[in-house]
Amino acid sequence: MYSIVEFISQPWHWSISGAIIVFVMFLLLWFGGEFGVSSNLRTFCAIGGAGNKHDFFKIDWRKQIWNLVFIGGAIIGGFIATTWFANPEPVQISAETQSYLSSVGIETPQTIEEGTGYVPTEIFAPENALSAVNLLIMILGGLLIGFGARWAGGCTSGHAISGLSNLQLPSLIAVIGFFIGGLLMTWVILPQILALN
Amino acid sequence: MKLIKFLFAGILFGIVMTKSEAVSWFRIQEMFRFESFHMYGIIGTAVILGAILFAIIKKVKGKNINGDQIPFNDKNMSIPRYLFGGTIFGLGWAMTGACPGPMFTLLGHGTWTILLVIISAVAGTYLYGAFRSKLPH
Repeated sequence: MYSIVEFISQPWHWSISGAIIVFVMFLLLWFGGEFGVSSNLRTFCAIGGAGNKHDFFKIDWRKQIWNLVFIGGAIIGGFIATTWFANPEPVQISAETQSYLSSVGIETPQTIEEGTGYVPTEIFAPENALSAVNLLIMILGGLLIGFGARWAGGCTSGHAISGLSNLQLPSLIAVIGFFIGGLLMTWVILPQILALN
Repeated sequence: MKLIKFLFAGILFGIVMTKSEAVSWFRIQEMFRFESFHMYGIIGTAVILGAILFAIIKKVKGKNINGDQIPFNDKNMSIPRYLFGGTIFGLGWAMTGACPGPMFTLLGHGTWTILLVIISAVAGTYLYGAFRSKLPH
């Protein structure tokens, strides 16, 4: 018998996924919020007292608690999806990408015993994460994300989805920037860094 | 409990980020290598449906749960801000394979090492705040 849990547990088609993301965005607007995840990083700084040193963080973070609750929900959602609705197969990545990744030392899991295919164990597994190269990837990568998202005034949720949906030219410029940076990292810089591992 | 509804929206977001595989580092590599339509399908569907949703809300002057009209603010025009900021963000996105939403979702997967990325992203945000006046906007 084909159960509802099995039905939900298979990977979701991109069209269903896109539609549900829009539903989440609608819920946030309806509830009196907006869809922008990286703003929370500024809120963290404000809670930590950064407003005493830099005016950019002089915000009433209590008005942003709803967004912190939202990302708290995202953590719980990640837990639920991998605990009760786990995909019985790893993420199915295209053969071209798999063969390229293999050439730079990253193996794509072929069976669920080898991994889920969400993050590469070569970088993120606790026993590998502390190598100099992997620390560089995680720490420098995080710094770039935080710095760039605030400079651009938003990340994938705020610009690529909310901003483009609102037909904002600035968001289109930001998304073009996301791709300039993403392509440069993927094709030029990351292969060099991974070769050091 | 005014906040519980945001928790519900967040849970749905974490589930869809996982089940859509948008949290996958491998999917982000595949996207930037143009070797699969998957991520473009997700973002493209979201933008098309989102544009329709926003147009309807504007047309009917939709109100939120508090009875206020849902605001749609135009962003201030600038090229350097969005282009340079966006490029730096893109470098980090492709480097870690995670943008801010997926970072938190991965924490729920039990991928504890993503905390390093999250803490660094908070530090990056702080650095932006510190150097903001010296950057073109």
